[in-house]
Amino acid sequence: MKIEISKMLQKKKKQILDLWMKNQLKDANLREDLMSNDELRIQSEELVDALLKKLTDENLADIESADFENVYEILSGISITRARQGFSPRETGTFVFSLKDALFETLQQELKSDPVALYDATMKVNKLIDSFGIVTFETFIKGREEVILRQTDEITEISTPVIRVWDGILALPIIGTLDSARTQVVMESLLQEIVNTSSSIAILDISGVPAVDSLVAQHLIKTVSATRLMGAECIISGIRPEIAQTVVHLGIDLSNVITKSSLSSALKHAFSVLQLEVRKKQKENYSLKNM
Amino acid sequence: MEKIPILKMGQFLLVTIQVDLYDRLALNLESDLVQMVSTTEARGVLIDISAVSIVDSFMGRIIGNIASMSKIMDAVTVVVGMQPAVAITLIELGLPLSGVHTALNVEKGMELLKNKILVNGEVPDYDDDEQYDNLDGTE
Amino acid sequence: MEKSRITTTTNSMTILTVLNKDNFKIEKEQDVVPFRNRVKEHAVKIGMGLVNQTKLITAASELVRNMLRYANGGEILIEVVSKIRENGIRLTFTDRGPGIENVERAMTDGFSTGKSLGLGLPGAKRLSSEFTINSVVGKGTIVTIIKWKNG
Ligand SMILES: Nc1ncnc2c1ncn2[C@@H]1O[C@H](COP(=O)(O)OP(=O)(O)O)[C@@H](O)[C@H]1O
Ligand SMILES: [Mg+2]
Repeated sequence: MKIEISKMLQKKKKQILDLWMKNQLKDANLREDLMSNDELRIQSEELVDALLKKLTDENLADIESADFENVYEILSGISITRARQGFSPRETGTFVFSLKDALFETLQQELKSDPVALYDATMKVNKLIDSFGIVTFETFIKGREEVILRQTDEITEISTPVIRVWDGILALPIIGTLDSARTQVVMESLLQEIVNTSSSIAILDISGVPAVDSLVAQHLIKTVSATRLMGAECIISGIRPEIAQTVVHLGIDLSNVITKSSLSSALKHAFSVLQLEVRKKQKENYSLKNM
Repeated sequence: MEKIPILKMGQFLLVTIQVDLYDRLALNLESDLVQMVSTTEARGVLIDISAVSIVDSFMGRIIGNIASMSKIMDAVTVVVGMQPAVAITLIELGLPLSGVHTALNVEKGMELLKNKILVNGEVPDYDDDEQYDNLDGTE
Repeated sequence: MEKSRITTTTNSMTILTVLNKDNFKIEKEQDVVPFRNRVKEHAVKIGMGLVNQTKLITAASELVRNMLRYANGGEILIEVVSKIRENGIRLTFTDRGPGIENVERAMTDGFSTGKSLGLGLPGAKRLSSEFTINSVVGKGTIVTIIKWKNG
């Protein structure tokens, strides 16, 4: 009679899990800092459970069987959580592949007397777990990509804070390199904020921009022109001496742009355009005494 | 054929473009407006494009034309309310409309017109005279 | 799902998948606004942001205007395309007009045989993510643009 591998493995579930846990815990690279041993056991048990529950001798040889849908789902879940927790791909890979050793050891014990069956079963299990490993990698990478995308979004958002410095005056300090993608974001948030607050003056402060070349200057000029089309005025402040030098050396024409060396002088200019006056408050007694 | 209505407000003409114009309509607007500037002796033209979602080089040229023609007839043109996406697109298209005055909204456009005419050395007759010292139109 | 897709290969060897096709005939000036609305519908459906939508529709408006003005109309193929993980809109403008004698010159800012601004072709190129033009004198002109959802 042919031995039913799947039945046999199901019967040995506890042993497989124990072997797997033993393998994992003795691994020098165990990340107890990221996950407690209890959590690890729960995760491992969930996976072994799901796998053995659905395993038959037919689907053992068919890694694409729909029976494993749930297993792949659990695997993806584990992989994504681990990616977020900061496990390396090697660590997550090792987690899955170490299950192989536990399965092999069990098969070896049970099929000692039948080398042909052992060979056959080993090959199939090997293939199945390899496929599990690939799924983990795929989802792991996806998980990391999501993290990166989210961070990119956050960075672009943080790096373009439009500040309402005064009634009718906006300021946008740019920190970091100004490439075309960034300019797009800067322009969009600045113009939208101009509409939202109905501000007629916007100050673009570039003291935090490391270098201005002709491309960056072009981006700046575009932003200024778009602001003007909307009916607001855009002042560029934070022009350091080095920037003034490069601008002139590169022959960039900023003559149609209002430029100021510092944010405060830009603000002063804005006040005068809006016909506002900022004065020091006079102390009444003091001024009376001195009259 | 439908027409874009032109409103007369004192010395100014106000045009609010509500629909995406097809070419004929835009060309008609150009000639109607220039006619009106002449017959009413308007000193300023205010074009509100806040409802316009697309301005291509054809529309852009018409706006530019209106401004240049009005200028020859001694009227100032102000385009108001351009949407951010339209402004960004026009710049990328290569059409900064340099000869055209702009303002954020109709109210600020009015202020700008009054101010421009004032700067030119004439005091237009308005019943309210307090806005000259409040250029940004807030409050 | 995979099998029903039509796959073409671009010169950069990345697989471009066409998810949806739509044809539009342009015969008269009044067709321009409905055409723009149709493009907008597709762009909205793939979740394209307002600024990119505006750039795409403005570019389309320029090209469709050229078709009317210089070739008496033509046809536009509107496609939703996908590349790796990004979706976009591809528009192919085909006309049987006189063709363009010197494409390079037609692509420079300010060049016009129609006494207009000469910004249509070069502007449409700047507003699109990808732009190709093929024109044969006496036969007609084909302009293809792609605007990616985030580009
Ligand atoms: N579809 C076309 N068929 C024939 N000629 C064309 C076509 N599109 C553009 N052209 C030629 O290219 C020139 C530049 O076009 P464009 O950049 O749109 O500017 P404009 O339309 O303002 O002239 C046109 O003046 C015309 O000579
Ligand atoms: Mg054109």
